[in-house]
This record gives sequence, structure tokens and C-alpha cells, in this order.
Amino acid sequence: MSVRIAVFIAIVVITGTAGDISVSHAMKRIGEVTSFRPAVVLPMLARAFRHFSMWLGIGLMAVAFFSLLALLSWADASLVVPATALSYVAGAFGAKFILGEKIAPVRWAGVVLVCAGVALLSFS
Amino acid sequence: MNSKTYSLISSVVFFSSLGNVLLSKGMKQIGEITTFSPSALLPIFIKTFSSGTIWMGVASFLVFLVSYLLLLSWADFSFVQPVCSIGYAVVAVLSYFLLGEAISPIRWVGVLLICAGVALVSGTEPRTVAD
Repeated sequence: MSVRIAVFIAIVVITGTAGDISVSHAMKRIGEVTSFRPAVVLPMLARAFRHFSMWLGIGLMAVAFFSLLALLSWADASLVVPATALSYVAGAFGAKFILGEKIAPVRWAGVVLVCAGVALLSFS
Repeated sequence: MNSKTYSLISSVVFFSSLGNVLLSKGMKQIGEITTFSPSALLPIFIKTFSSGTIWMGVASFLVFLVSYLLLLSWADFSFVQPVCSIGYAVVAVLSYFLLGEAISPIRWVGVLLICAGVALVSGTEPRTVAD
């Protein structure tokens, strides 16, 4: 793996995870969506967009998205897509310390297995 | 895990995988980006957004995004993120059976670890924080 690919993967992982955490924070603020009818879903999404953390999350995801687009133009998706999933550990820590989620030992074990599995998937 | 959570996770997994495949295909058609000067990026930008494959990829990501947002309105991020990784295992298995891609033993181990990890996380309570 070249340094250029490693740097882009780091940018995608860090900005993507921070974006996810931020968006998750905004969606928790609006409360549980109980119906999938557009008349219910659209106003709820509109409410979510009144939270700053939604826009911050989208900004961070946009950085992650365009970095990923650039990366996919020269690197194989079969390498890039699994490698960007290094964000599982970062995501679990962010969820615990920023969102206050309670991560049971079983869930930590699952996250570690997923992370290891995704790392192995990126070998050819 | 209830059926609402299950349905939205399926939607997230399907449309994010489809979006990645379409964007990868579209960007490969455009060719490698070697410089990042604004004058060089503009034609690439125009080419990218006049590609039908790219737009189908963008549409898939839009469906993925709405499903994902709705899911996060009740489920923990630390539940949603690992459970949705089942998509990597699905893509690997589909690449093997549909595209005839070779999958090394070490990657099969990766697929199994992901499945085991998702099984463990999906057995936990999807929500641990109150409104």
C-alpha cells in the first residue's frame, strides 16, 4: 500500500467516523421515528436539519466522501472499502465517550471481531 | 432486534454496497486522478457528474442515507455501525459467486469473523440511551 493511499484512507476514516457520530447525535435529538410514511419521515428529517450537529456531520461526511471518490479513481475498491472500515474501533469509542452509549462486553467483542474480519478482508 | 430495525439495516447494507460498486465503476471509467490543481480538477469534475453510473451511485447513496438516518433515530451508533459491516461479507460472497473473483483463505476467515462479530453485536440491545 502506498503512502498516498494510506494518507487518504486515514482522512476517510477520521472524517467519516466523526461525521457519523455527529449525525447520530442529531438524530437522537429528534427521537425515534415510528412510521416510514413520507408525511411523517420528511418533517422529522427537516427537524434533524435544524441541529448544528447534523450540518457538522454532513460537512465531515462530505470530506470523507470526496476523499473516497478520489481514492477510488486510482485504488481498487476491494482494498479501499475494507480498509476504510478501520473506523469500527474509532466509532465504538466515539459512541461511548461522546454519545454516552453503554457498550456491553459482548458488543465490544463483536466490534473487535468485525474489525479483525474487515482487516483480514483487505488482504489479497 | 425488531423487524423495523432489521428492515432498515437490510436497506442500509444493500444500498451502500450498490452505491460503492457503481461509484467505483464510474470513477474507473473516468480514469486516474494524478494532479489536484483546480484547472485539472474542473474537467474531471464535469466528466464525473455527467456520468450516468455516478448518478445511479449517488441515488443509491441517497436511499442508504435516509435509511441510515432513520435507523439512528432510535438505535445506538455502536450497534448500527458493526451490524452494517455484514455488507462487506455479503459483497465478498457475491463477488465470489457472481463475478468469479478469487477469495483467498485469509479473506474467507475475514468473512467468518465479520459474521461472528455481527452475530454477537446483533444479540445486544439496539438501544442503550434514553431520549
